[in-house]
Amino acid sequence: MKGSYDRGLAYTVDWKLVVCYLLLVLIGIVNIYASVQGGEHSFLFDLSTRSGKQILWFGISLVFASVVLFAINPRIWEVLAPPAYFFVLCLLVAVIFLSKDTKGSRSWFEFGPVKFQPAELSKITTSLMLAAKMSRPTFRMSNAKDLFSVACLVGVPMLVIVAESETGSALVYVGFLFVLYREGFTGWLIFTIGMAILMFVLTLVTSPPVSILVLFGIVTILLLHYLRKYSRVHRLRRSMWRNAVLGFIAGTAFIFCTQFVFDNVLKDYQRARIEVLLGLREDPAGAGYNVHQSLIAIGSGGFTGKGFLQGTQTAYGFVPEQSTDFIFCTVGEEWGFIGCLSIVVLYALLIFWIIRDAEDSRSSFTRIYGYCLASCLFMHMLINIGMTIGLMPVIGIPLPFMSYGGSSLLAFTTMLFIFIALNRQENKYF
Amino acid sequence: MEINRTNKLLLGLGLTVVIFLVRLFTIQIVNDKYKRSSDNNSMVYNDIFPPRGVIYDRNGNTLVGNRTCFDIMVRPMDVQEFDTLLLAHLLDITPEYVKEKMQYYLQYRTSIGFQERYFVKQVPVETYARFAEQEYAFRGFRGQMRSIREYPFNAGGNLLGYISEVNSDDLKKHPDYKMGDYIGKTGLEAAREQDIKGEKGYHIFLRDSRNRVQDAYMDGQYDVDAIPGKDIVTTIDAPLQQYGQMLMEGKRGSLIAIEPSTGEILTMVSSPGIDVDVLTDIGSHYSELIKDKNKPMFNRTVMASYPPGSVFKLVNGLIGLQEGVLRPEYKYPCNSGFQYSGKHKLGCHSHSSPLALLDAIATSCNGYFCYVFRNILENGRYGSIQEAFDVWRDYVLSFGFGRKLGSDFPSELGGNIPKSEYYDKVYGKRGWKFPTIVSLSIGQGEIGVTPLQIANLAAIMANRGYYYIPHLVKASEGVEIDPKYYERQYTKVDTVHFQTAVKGMYMAVNGGGSAGGTAFVAAVPGLDICGKTGTAQNPHGKDNSVFICFAPKDNPKIAVAAYVENAGFGATWACPIASLLVERYLTGGIREERKPVEDRIVNTRLIQ
Repeated sequence: MKGSYDRGLAYTVDWKLVVCYLLLVLIGIVNIYASVQGGEHSFLFDLSTRSGKQILWFGISLVFASVVLFAINPRIWEVLAPPAYFFVLCLLVAVIFLSKDTKGSRSWFEFGPVKFQPAELSKITTSLMLAAKMSRPTFRMSNAKDLFSVACLVGVPMLVIVAESETGSALVYVGFLFVLYREGFTGWLIFTIGMAILMFVLTLVTSPPVSILVLFGIVTILLLHYLRKYSRVHRLRRSMWRNAVLGFIAGTAFIFCTQFVFDNVLKDYQRARIEVLLGLREDPAGAGYNVHQSLIAIGSGGFTGKGFLQGTQTAYGFVPEQSTDFIFCTVGEEWGFIGCLSIVVLYALLIFWIIRDAEDSRSSFTRIYGYCLASCLFMHMLINIGMTIGLMPVIGIPLPFMSYGGSSLLAFTTMLFIFIALNRQENKYF
Repeated sequence: MEINRTNKLLLGLGLTVVIFLVRLFTIQIVNDKYKRSSDNNSMVYNDIFPPRGVIYDRNGNTLVGNRTCFDIMVRPMDVQEFDTLLLAHLLDITPEYVKEKMQYYLQYRTSIGFQERYFVKQVPVETYARFAEQEYAFRGFRGQMRSIREYPFNAGGNLLGYISEVNSDDLKKHPDYKMGDYIGKTGLEAAREQDIKGEKGYHIFLRDSRNRVQDAYMDGQYDVDAIPGKDIVTTIDAPLQQYGQMLMEGKRGSLIAIEPSTGEILTMVSSPGIDVDVLTDIGSHYSELIKDKNKPMFNRTVMASYPPGSVFKLVNGLIGLQEGVLRPEYKYPCNSGFQYSGKHKLGCHSHSSPLALLDAIATSCNGYFCYVFRNILENGRYGSIQEAFDVWRDYVLSFGFGRKLGSDFPSELGGNIPKSEYYDKVYGKRGWKFPTIVSLSIGQGEIGVTPLQIANLAAIMANRGYYYIPHLVKASEGVEIDPKYYERQYTKVDTVHFQTAVKGMYMAVNGGGSAGGTAFVAAVPGLDICGKTGTAQNPHGKDNSVFICFAPKDNPKIAVAAYVENAGFGATWACPIASLLVERYLTGGIREERKPVEDRIVNTRLIQ
């Protein structure tokens, strides 16, 4: 097989991604070790501790990564995508009936000491399936049938995961909208969702009249922009006016609905959570406990942090779930702003490089898969870090590569290395 | 750079990073609110509950004291496997209770989070001591000292009131309370809550890694001590109150004694009432108290509204004298009653006739006071019966009837004295005359008064025309009372007329007139008791027995009203009860020859 144009490992693998990955996992392990409750820290590799277990999982993940990278022909993924997708979908449904109730959700399979969530796998198979579907030569984004099938591919597992009461994991699927957008789907949907969130927050923080004013401003600016852009096309001008008016009316209706739903439909505790998030209510002991403690932990880190193992907030167990969903608190407290900055930048670089590699690939399967991976990572980072610093509601999803949890680490590793392998394929035959 | 979709997405990524970093910069470097919080965070504030103020009687006897007990608290997050049976045994509870509680915590674990919950409340000291020895085996559990109420005297359950844990309604009204705090619900506990409750304090401890409390922070120098509640001195005479309760045992009604020279309430019995034993553990008795057909929770002394009956003749007589339509020497015939219309007659008992005012009071002649009331209403000075009636009503109100007296006891009601408009509405403007409301002459009909108001009438008689607002709390160190309790409240009738009425009351008890007194049962040699009986018709069964009195005649020390429901003549029940109370208060005991009366009263049960 080896030809002169079959270039070696060192040249074909995008090492930047691998380095980012390794850094994130190792930093993760160090912080899991630090965030274990209790003054006395045992040996790092002690398998009875969380850090020890995470190291074991890291080892297993590396084995998987090597297999994906070296032993499996990357072309198989495209072929494997449909059966894998449907198999995992079956698992997603089955887990609802077979699993035990863990903290109110039914999403975990347990095999003795090992637990795993099919939802983790589903992110990979959905990405693969989406890439397979959309990279077909006959696929047209403008074709309603094609668009519908894509909506189903994303929507069905998402709904099943919602049925498992894992709303957080389901939210990640919203990220696939970015992929669709990149592939030519209209940007208005993302814009509308963005506007809806903006109007929702604005209405609750200020008042409906203010929101309506802002809405009016945005609609006017957009209208002027497009009127100038298409100033010569008279036919379009009328429909633009019409759309602007309709958009404004719909937006106004939405604003009043928001206020109404918030005041009359939501339950007290739901209202409380939203109010705490928006900073309308101080409630450090109740709904805002997690976030309040998390902010204290991160805030107390200062510029350089308190130093490794010197954190009191995370170590003393004020922050719940600090080795899983709130791992970022440990970073914030012990490594300070410098640590947080590094982590955020590392994620951004990783995502940036994945997108660049995706753009550079000739195969649209690789490109689309790359975008799926980048979107998943982005959504996880956005929600998780956003939650710990009080910008997002408390939604329990892990920080990729860093949070404690074997199945999450393994799934993200596999997902990343499938892309690295696909990308290597691209580089191989230059 | 070209603005294509990829770059727009990358722009979004970049924007997210910038927002995150700005936010991180804000909370980690700019804002030091969270740094200070992190210091506070490793400290834990444990409440110290202040003892509630003690309630004393007028002579320094403790009516309500405090006893220490412990609440067992649990922080479900910290609980590890433990011996359920042992814990149940140590705390005197059933293993099922333990299981139920733990099951509950498990079901609500997310909402409980790191919070502490009450596991068992009010564990006695001895039981707690047993538990404390083995506390190390039950991680997450601890005892918290509380003081609960204790009642050395079985006196005044109703007027002391009870305390219980705040419920959600209380929390809405008093946001400064927390779940698990106690609050006074009724009686004095409620009325003087602000004085009695004290201020909570706290100990600051450092938490260890498992969020368990370890050492006192800075050797406790920042701890805040609880400020005990202020003690309350009541006007109640505990032994007298107890004696009054004994006399009223088995009867439905009220017995109230007031010191006329101050308005201080010496005794206030609402029977049947609540035993103080029940007060400590009101929760477990609450439903049976509510269901009891004799309504022990209902404080009759200030809430029940009765027709006053014949004692009200005093008021009518005094108004007549003041208005000049009656003179003591006026004599009116009474032929077994008063013929107020062709067919109708208000009956009376047999006595000599005609009578003058003193004898009419002493014998409680119905007919005489019908004439008096007629004179008041048909007074030529006033243009209409409405006007005359309203003048009469103003007089009556000046005696403290028909409105709240303003005592310091919560839930006081005002009774009812109708206005002329009321009769206009019922009978039409020209549809009513004196005969229509003739029953008001003798304290019957559309009027309702509370026993406290009747007792106040006794005090007015004793003071010859004024009263102090009856009250239950004396001013003491740190506790002030409203200055209105020191002010004389004058009636609209001159003192001189009271001399006459008092003379009649003296004759009613001690005889000396041309006719027999109605209250001779109450006579105690040397005490100079003055009294007036009443027998009030009760639409629900037998007549109510009423008696007011004060003693001694000159410089009175005590004024008493007794009101016994469905008991019969005033002279039969209310009269001996009130006079026994007076005798007991003034002489400290009961004379040998009065023992049979006492026995009869104590041993008779009129209700089930």
